Amino acid sequence: MATTLRRATPAAPRSRGRRGGRSPYPGWFYLPAAVVYGVLFLVPTLASFYFALTRWTIFTSEFIGLGNFVQFFQEPALTKGFVNTFIYAAITSGAKVVLGLALGMLLTSQILGRGYLRAVVFFPVLVSTVGVGITFQVLMNPSKGAINAALGVIGVHGPGWLVDPSLALLSVALVDIWKGVGLATLIYMAGIVSIPKEYYEAARVDGAGSWTLFRDVIFPLSWPATSTVVTLSLIGGLRSFYLIWSMTRGGPGFTSDVIASVIYKQYQAGFYGLSTAGNVILFIAVIAIVLPLTRFLARKEVEL
Amino acid sequence: MALRPTRSWTLKGLAVLVLAPFALSACSAGSLGSSDASGSAGGTTITWLTGTDEVAQANAKAIVDAFEKANPDVTVKLDARPAGADGDNLVKTRLQTGTMPDVFDYNSGSLFQQIAPTKNLTPLTGKPLEKAVQKSFTPQVTAGEDVYGVPYGTAFGGGVMYNRAVFDKLGLQVPKTWAEFMDVSAKIKAAGIAPVIQTYQDTWTSQLFVLGDFHNVAAANPQWAEEYTTNKAKYATDPNAIQGFQHLQAVHDAGYENADFASIKLEDGMRELAAGTGAMYPILSANVSTLQSVAPDKLGDIGFFALPGDDAATNGLTAWYPNAVYVPTTTKGDKLAAAEKLLGFIASPAGCDALTSVSAPTGPYLVDGCQLPTDVPQVTKDVQAYFDSGAQSPALEFLSPVKGPNLEQITVEIGSGIRSAADGAALYDEDVKKQAQQLGLSGW
Repeated sequence: MATTLRRATPAAPRSRGRRGGRSPYPGWFYLPAAVVYGVLFLVPTLASFYFALTRWTIFTSEFIGLGNFVQFFQEPALTKGFVNTFIYAAITSGAKVVLGLALGMLLTSQILGRGYLRAVVFFPVLVSTVGVGITFQVLMNPSKGAINAALGVIGVHGPGWLVDPSLALLSVALVDIWKGVGLATLIYMAGIVSIPKEYYEAARVDGAGSWTLFRDVIFPLSWPATSTVVTLSLIGGLRSFYLIWSMTRGGPGFTSDVIASVIYKQYQAGFYGLSTAGNVILFIAVIAIVLPLTRFLARKEVEL
Repeated sequence: MALRPTRSWTLKGLAVLVLAPFALSACSAGSLGSSDASGSAGGTTITWLTGTDEVAQANAKAIVDAFEKANPDVTVKLDARPAGADGDNLVKTRLQTGTMPDVFDYNSGSLFQQIAPTKNLTPLTGKPLEKAVQKSFTPQVTAGEDVYGVPYGTAFGGGVMYNRAVFDKLGLQVPKTWAEFMDVSAKIKAAGIAPVIQTYQDTWTSQLFVLGDFHNVAAANPQWAEEYTTNKAKYATDPNAIQGFQHLQAVHDAGYENADFASIKLEDGMRELAAGTGAMYPILSANVSTLQSVAPDKLGDIGFFALPGDDAATNGLTAWYPNAVYVPTTTKGDKLAAAEKLLGFIASPAGCDALTSVSAPTGPYLVDGCQLPTDVPQVTKDVQAYFDSGAQSPALEFLSPVKGPNLEQITVEIGSGIRSAADGAALYDEDVKKQAQQLGLSGW
């Protein structure tokens, strides 16, 4: 077959500057953005690395070395938040990948009301996170909420979604999945429709059933979509704050605390140095997880 | 294709119609509440930063109205800040950046110590405005040698609001020891009523069993607060201090809590208390204002008693001092003079009367000459009785600057049965270490 193979990742374009000597001209275009990026992102990040090593009371700061980091890992409340973060990120990104793929397959097939269903699936992504959090907090009220009322109609005694210590984090994760699956579906839809028709025809000619079609054609060729969804939802899950804060504030007790809410609570209590140290830990944790993951996912990309 | 003028005009018209409202949105809302350069008729205008909730704003407005009548050359504008930890941060940030309005009110005691008063506030020592302030209050707004604030509002107590109608119906007496408290709770539970109401959606209310018990701890060991501040006494190892935590666990383990304790808030708790579906509610007496707003007709049914310890003889109230009004160092000149006039008004019988007119007092005012009217709620009368008989002592936060931020979560865990009292007390001892180190206290 004369299908020309294109490289999955195009070769890096040669910079204009290299043609005919090093021209600084392109640099001038980059400069304003660089200044904004530097002042608003790089400088505060570097400053926060310094303040994480201090005891900071907004009026004074006293250098204490790694004391904040040691404290972060010693206190049970803080380590519980660390563990919860990983659980939360794993659950939400795993579910978003699976559900996103399933919905993506469904919404790229010929079903009735496809356009309407696409809108319905994507709509939660657009709504304010805090609004969603407050709404679901009301819906999940164990005695007065609509969810348990609906379950009661069919005879099921609904649990205390947000007040049961073992369920609180899971309930928030479920709402997070509901809210974020639309974006994953969108990315998967783009990945699936970009698969050239020749592959489907070739597979059908070779006698592939729908499961084989999925496993050997659709899933490998939509791998860029999978890696994007995994990376984005993992980063989002590790950093998640708004939903947890508006639904449970990390409660009951410490059971649904994640790193971001722990950081915010330290900030609220006025321990600015400790809070900044938490942020540095989160920064390092996210990089330590996502960088190798991205490389692993990119290596498995099948060339189209 | 030739351009058809009619269609392009319709499109343009449509575009203009759609985009015009966006141009209107550029109109600013005007200056909402920011003070003008100077008031009308050459008077001074100052701004007062107070709480954003309805009760706080109503209280401040009552004072401002009465004050402006008495001092027509001064106008006071109100600014708002949230309560709780968000408000703490706002106050600290505005003080640090020098953007604090001319006058603001904030807690006294340990929270007052945390806003670096010697650096940020104007001392008021020896000025006539603070002459009427009672001596029991002055240490709460003193840092170093100077006094920095005047009391705003009434003192109040931390204890138990109870439904007198339920107690009368079941023939029960107010418990004076913890054993009696558990006894009373058992009888109430047998009658099908929730003995103890808890409202863990407002996490701060879970702390009452621990913080409201301090009178009993201080009665057993008057030196405890000092030892605590120097890291010599701890909750986990002190048999008296740990009782607050143990009581909370006991109440949960005996099943005396209301069924929906984990999912309701303060107002719902008050409603249950007023309706008689719950008999006792450990809360601050200052929250009688909440009771007033949700069930004004049941105010007479609700009384107040102090959390009992082991000894009936030393039974007494753990008292909270009121917030105070302060003046930052950035207020100068005419505005400083006007601010001092406002503070003098607040710390005077006229100021007390203005506050009484708009919200029920929850305890005594700490200003000489201020009287409580006779038609205050039963809760306030009960609290006043403790003050009158001298059976009260300050809460820990007024004797020691050490208070950890996680207490409310720890007490929610104990009250929900997630953590044991011993564990919770040990965890809290670890938690306060952060605060003590942040304050630079010695011995930690």
